[in-house]
Parts: sequence; C-alpha cells; structure tokens
Amino acid sequence: MIKIEHLDKWFDDRQILFDINTEFKPGVANLVIGASGSGKSVLIKCMVGLLEPTNGKILYGDQDFISLEYQHKQNLRREIGMLFQNNALFDSLTVEENIDFPLRMFSKMSPEERKERVNFCLEKVQLTNANKKYPAEISGGMKKRVGIARAIALEIKYLFCDEPNSGLDPLTSRVIDQLLVDITKEFNITTIINSHDMKTVMDIGEHIIFIYKGQNWWEGSKNEITEGRKSNKELNEFFLASF
Amino acid sequence: MNLISEIGRFIIFMKFVLHRPEKAKVFWKITFREMYLIGIDSVLIVILIATFTGAVTTIQTANQLLSPSDLFPTQLMPKFVIGAVVGTSSLLELAPTVTCLVLAGKIGANIASEIGNMKVSEQIDAYEVMGINSASFVTLPKIVAGLIMIPCLIIIANFLLIYGGVLACKATTSLTADDLIQGARLVFKPLYLKVMLTKSFIFAFLITSLSSFQGYYTTGGALEVGIAGTKAVTKICIFILFFDLIIAQLFLKS
Ligand SMILES: Nc1ncnc2c1ncn2[C@@H]1O[C@H](COP(=O)(O)OP(=O)(O)OP(=O)(O)O)[C@@H](O)[C@H]1O
Ligand SMILES: [Mg+2]
Repeated sequence: MIKIEHLDKWFDDRQILFDINTEFKPGVANLVIGASGSGKSVLIKCMVGLLEPTNGKILYGDQDFISLEYQHKQNLRREIGMLFQNNALFDSLTVEENIDFPLRMFSKMSPEERKERVNFCLEKVQLTNANKKYPAEISGGMKKRVGIARAIALEIKYLFCDEPNSGLDPLTSRVIDQLLVDITKEFNITTIINSHDMKTVMDIGEHIIFIYKGQNWWEGSKNEITEGRKSNKELNEFFLASF
Repeated sequence: MNLISEIGRFIIFMKFVLHRPEKAKVFWKITFREMYLIGIDSVLIVILIATFTGAVTTIQTANQLLSPSDLFPTQLMPKFVIGAVVGTSSLLELAPTVTCLVLAGKIGANIASEIGNMKVSEQIDAYEVMGINSASFVTLPKIVAGLIMIPCLIIIANFLLIYGGVLACKATTSLTADDLIQGARLVFKPLYLKVMLTKSFIFAFLITSLSSFQGYYTTGGALEVGIAGTKAVTKICIFILFFDLIIAQLFLKS
C-alpha cells in the first residue's frame, strides 16, 4: 500500500501539485487521470523518487520514501517496477538482455535460473520469438510488453505505468490494459497507472483519482462515474471531451 | 559566474560518478566494450593523422632551417637539429594535444550524444528507478576505458609521427632518416616523456568526463542531443588547450 500525504511540488516559482492526499491499495488497478499538463507524470515521478517533492510524505507501507537513507531507498527501489511513457528500453541490449538486466544486477540467481525467469516474464506478457531482437527492431506494442516484462522481472510489490497506451492502437491498448490488471491481481501488486484514455478508465478503473490543475479533484471508481454518483463538473467535461 | 556554477555542477556530477560499481562483473564487461569503441575504433584515424602530421612537420621544419637566410648561414646548421625539433614537438605537443583534439571530435561527440539520447529517452531514469547510480553506471566505464586506451593511442601516435618524418626524409635529398632519428634521440629527456604521459591522462579524463557530463544533463529531444554533442566538443577543446598551457608552464618553464 502507498499513501500520499500533503504532497506539494514546485518548479522554481511555479506550483505544479497542490496538497495531494490519497491512498493506493494492492491488487487493484489504481488510475491517475487528468488532462495533459495537469501533473500526472510529475506525481508519478515524485512517487518513484525521480523528482523530489517540495512538501509532503510518500509512505510505502510505513516507511516515508523521502526521508529514507540512501541505502534504504535503493533497497526499496528494488521492489518498484516502472513502465515509462517512451518505454525506456536499453537500446544496446536485446529483448532478453533487457529483462535479464535487473536480475543480473540485483538477484543472486544462477544464469539458468535467470534464463528461466526471463522466459517466465516473457510468457506473462505473451511475447514470443523476439528474444534476440533489439528494441529498434520491434513494434510499439511489443516494446510495451518488454517494458512490462522488465518491470516485473524482480519480484516487485509496486508497479508504476506512465501512459501505458500512448502510441498504441485501440485494440492493443485493451490487451495491454488487461495484461496490467492480470499481473496486478495475480501477484497482488500495488499498481498505479497514469492515463488520459477514457476507454482504459471505463475498462479497468477500480480506483480512480482525477487530477485537475495539480489538485486531487475527484476520487472514486468507474461505477461511480457511470452511475452518475458523486458527479463533478470538471470530470464530466474531461470525460465528454474524450468521445 | 556561469562558469563557476558549471564547474560546481561538474564536481557534484563527478562525486556521483566516482563510486564503487554495483557489480564488478557487469562493470568490466561494459568497460571492455567501451575500450573497444574508444580504442580500437580510433586507431585508423590516429594512424592517418600522426603519419601525415609527422611528414608535414619534418618537411616544414627542414624547409625553415635549411633555406638560405641572412640571419644564419645554412651550411652551419647541423642537420640533426631538424630531428631534435621534430622529435621534441612530437613528444610534447603533436602526439598528445593534436591527437586528443581529434579524439575530442570523435569520441567526445559520440559519448555526449549517446548519453544524451539515453537521458531524453528516459533510460537514465529507468536505471535510477531500479536503484542504480545512473551517473556512475553509464559514465565510469567510459572514463576508465578512456584512461586506459587514449594514452595507448598517444604512444602509438608518437611512433607514427617519427615514422611519418622518416617517410618524408626518404622523399627528399636534403635530409636523411638517420639525421632525423639521431637528432630526436640526442635531445630526448625523460622529463618530456613525463609531460607527454601527464597530458595523455589529463586529456583522456577531460574527453570522457566532460562529454559524459554534457550528455547527462541533456533535456528535450533529438535536437538537443545533437547540440549536446557539439557543445561537448567545444568545451573539451577549450579545456584541453587550457590544461596544455598549464602543464607546459608547470613542467617546462625555464
Ligand atoms: N522538470 C520540470 N521542470 C519544470 N517544469 C516541469 C518539469 N516537468 C514537468 N513540468 C511542468 O509540470 C506540468 C505538468 O507536467 P506533467 O508532465 O506532469 O503533465 P502530464 O499530466 O503528465 O501531461 P501528459 O498527459 O501530457 O503526459 C507541466 O506544465 C510541465 O511544464
Ligand atoms: Mg505525462
């Protein structure tokens, strides 16, 4: 479980995030939605430690990530997987080596065990016949799959996905969404997905937070949206604009 | 002011870079690959530059010292002086400085755009999220590889500069290869070797570290990656020339 308390983020004299408070539970697809520029990526980057929040706490279990000492932070990071908006695959490594990379760096597995784990992850993301290819040689959808496989290579507890559907066709988007949900449930991971794809929201949104101009404007589930409960003007506008 | 803050940032960057590698095995594997890219891939250009520069320097020096002038009767000029001039300037300046200025363009631009690309495509972030010290992971192998390979290239360049001179002697009648080599030997001092090696290591460090630094702080996209490459080369050249002067002052001031 991850809990965010009173999170503010400033860039120089511009405030991007305003007093964000929320909680993300394991085993559910947590979605962070909002318009372009609303601060979704900044929020995720603060949570994984790529950006330093100006104020507030980010609690993984009961440890505050921000005030952890360097080595503890590094240890916690091994429980975090992340899927980047542009995949961020290592382009000098093959698909197989990309997934093997975190294992080689951080696990005590033998080469055979690692190979087995890599194949297990590739199976999970349903990617075959691409082991020896380089990232430049595979399609966008395949890159996402490799990205997910690499993120789950170590036995992670937390998975962050920044726009997992960007640049994918609608059909592939649904498949990737479903994949993320399946992995979340199977391994009881705390998964946080940034998205502005309304289809994703309606498909898998069990817990949704709507960021509007850097604030946690609305929080609920997809059912609350469809049934019109807890309706909200800005959320409705955002919603309607996507159709 | 800008320069001072830039130097400050560079020092902070180096503090991150100079860390014990996470996994020695992975580190050396990457370092060997870098040694190949930095060293072996640059051999050809070093051979070309050194041989031609050696030949041209010999021809020009011979021409300057042996052509008739009112100041000094040419028949009194011993031929080995040419060898002495060519030998010393090769050792002190041509081999380390000229070679490194060329390598700044080749290796420096390459490293800056490679790391710049990793930065803008979020690969650097991916290392960080995994809990890897990204600055050290991507930069240290390049610096170590540079410190090993660039001095080797410079030593090769040294021999080839003289070899170029010998080739030039064979093409002329006014000077023999023996004159050249005898002259070069006559004035050789261990101090010159020390200067050359000092320059080699400092320039190797400048080329690899400054280009990594420039690449690591790239923001934006493909355009900025290109700019990072160009900026890195400019900075490296300026710093090489600056340190060239400092080292000359320190070791050779008479
Ligand atoms: N490193 C940074 N320095 C300064 N400002 C930044 C930085 N990163 C993001 N911002 C600003 O923060 C705001 C929010 O950006 P963010 O990337 O979080 O948007 P987003 O919600 O993820 O949008 P998108 O859906 O397009 O990805 C933007 O106005 C952006 O200009
Ligand atoms: Mg974003």
